[in-house]
Amino acid sequence: MTASSNSPAEPRRTPLHEVHERLGANLVDFAGWLMPLRYGSESAEHRAVRETAGLFDLSHMGELLVTGPQAAEFLDRALVGHLSAVTVGRARYTMITAEDGGVLDDLIVYRLAEEEYLVVANAANSDTVFAALTERAAGLDARIADRSAEYALIALQGPKAVEILAPLTDADLSGIKYYAGYRHTVAGLPVLLARTGYTGEDGFEIFINPGTGAAAVWEALTKAGEPHGLLPAGLSARDTLRLEAGMPLYGNELSADVTPYEAGLGRVVKLDKPGDFVGREALAARAESGPTRRLVGLTGRGRRVPRQGYAVMRDDQRVGVVTSGAPSPTLGRPVAVAYVDADTDTTTGSFAVDVRGRAEAVDVVELPFYKRGR
Amino acid sequence: MSVPAELGYTNEHEWVAVKDGVATIGITAYAAEALGDIVYLEPPEVGATVAAGDTCGEVESTKSVSDIYSPVNGEVIDVNRAAVDEPEVIGTDPFGQGWLFKVELADEPADLLTPEQYTQLTEGEG
Repeated sequence: MTASSNSPAEPRRTPLHEVHERLGANLVDFAGWLMPLRYGSESAEHRAVRETAGLFDLSHMGELLVTGPQAAEFLDRALVGHLSAVTVGRARYTMITAEDGGVLDDLIVYRLAEEEYLVVANAANSDTVFAALTERAAGLDARIADRSAEYALIALQGPKAVEILAPLTDADLSGIKYYAGYRHTVAGLPVLLARTGYTGEDGFEIFINPGTGAAAVWEALTKAGEPHGLLPAGLSARDTLRLEAGMPLYGNELSADVTPYEAGLGRVVKLDKPGDFVGREALAARAESGPTRRLVGLTGRGRRVPRQGYAVMRDDQRVGVVTSGAPSPTLGRPVAVAYVDADTDTTTGSFAVDVRGRAEAVDVVELPFYKRGR
Repeated sequence: MSVPAELGYTNEHEWVAVKDGVATIGITAYAAEALGDIVYLEPPEVGATVAAGDTCGEVESTKSVSDIYSPVNGEVIDVNRAAVDEPEVIGTDPFGQGWLFKVELADEPADLLTPEQYTQLTEGEG
């Protein structure tokens, strides 16, 4: 294990810490990292991402580099996705599960070269993923290295992202598809430039060597973005954005107690890929039997917000539990996602969430709450 | 962070202004900053009898819910309807337009913190 796998009592600082302090960020301990929760108004940051652009520091995410002649075969065995089928330069959203099919983490995997993949894990799960991958690589000609400390990660998200980034990069942005990542330069510095994100908007994630590079890229994007209305955005806006876009969060919608099928993400499980993979048997059985619960969207009629852990009621019977909830700046009312028992008829009946002892009426709606126009 | 000199304060980050036997109560700028964008206010009911330390309402922000405590003993005689309708004002003007409720005092408020003591408290937490 590497030094970064310890859990220090003091939260770690990202390479952009001084930038956040200068911007007056409200900093919080998140998964062992001191992260900006917000810089000013989280609603304004949220709206900036929907309407123009927002800039996020995601340097807390884990970056695990997988290399070797059997890197592709290894990832097919270790993850639920078909990673050997990913072409160089493209990325996949996938998951790593335990033998019982429970989700250990959701991941984005970039194929950087024939024999080189970058696995991006959630900060809180990075050590778990690293350990599981290391164990699953036994007997294969593939190496796993925790490179988290060598990457800062900046996300530029929003409809103006292309316009803001274009003058700063050597990349032809119109040629970069969604879920693709290539080595390019931004502000003259070498980066991995990926068209990915977690906000429901177009945008880019920029992996860069920390040191002075991260701050230089941040500053360049800030300067180029200011005329467009770009704002730095914190974890609070990131959470409401991803919730509106119906994207799951590990620890809320995803956990070792659910399979991808419960979360409505059965499509990421490639049961038809060649060879065995960890969790296959359990996941095949779950695909056959169907999930025992499913995620639904809820919108509140009042202002009180259904929050994680609150009970969902149908005609006064408890049928589920809220996993995430927030006031939606885009919809102007509270939104939430909840697990309900699979046999719950959500087309009729009156639904409510027990908000601290009071039943607040909610409507069951299709996810996502927000989808950008294309 | 602003801590007006003419007010009394509590450990729960509320402020109290006493005039002619009536206490006006709000949350401090420090609390508003910590909460983030405020989206919902549930004040106590007019006519309710409150005692110092009682939970009597809620303030909800994007990220969290906080109880409102009464810092004083007495009867609630007014609540800030404008702040119920537009809770943002609690964050933008916590010591002014963002006040929460008024209590006709049953007795003199006890144990309020001075501005100096409250500043010390927030510096300790900050």
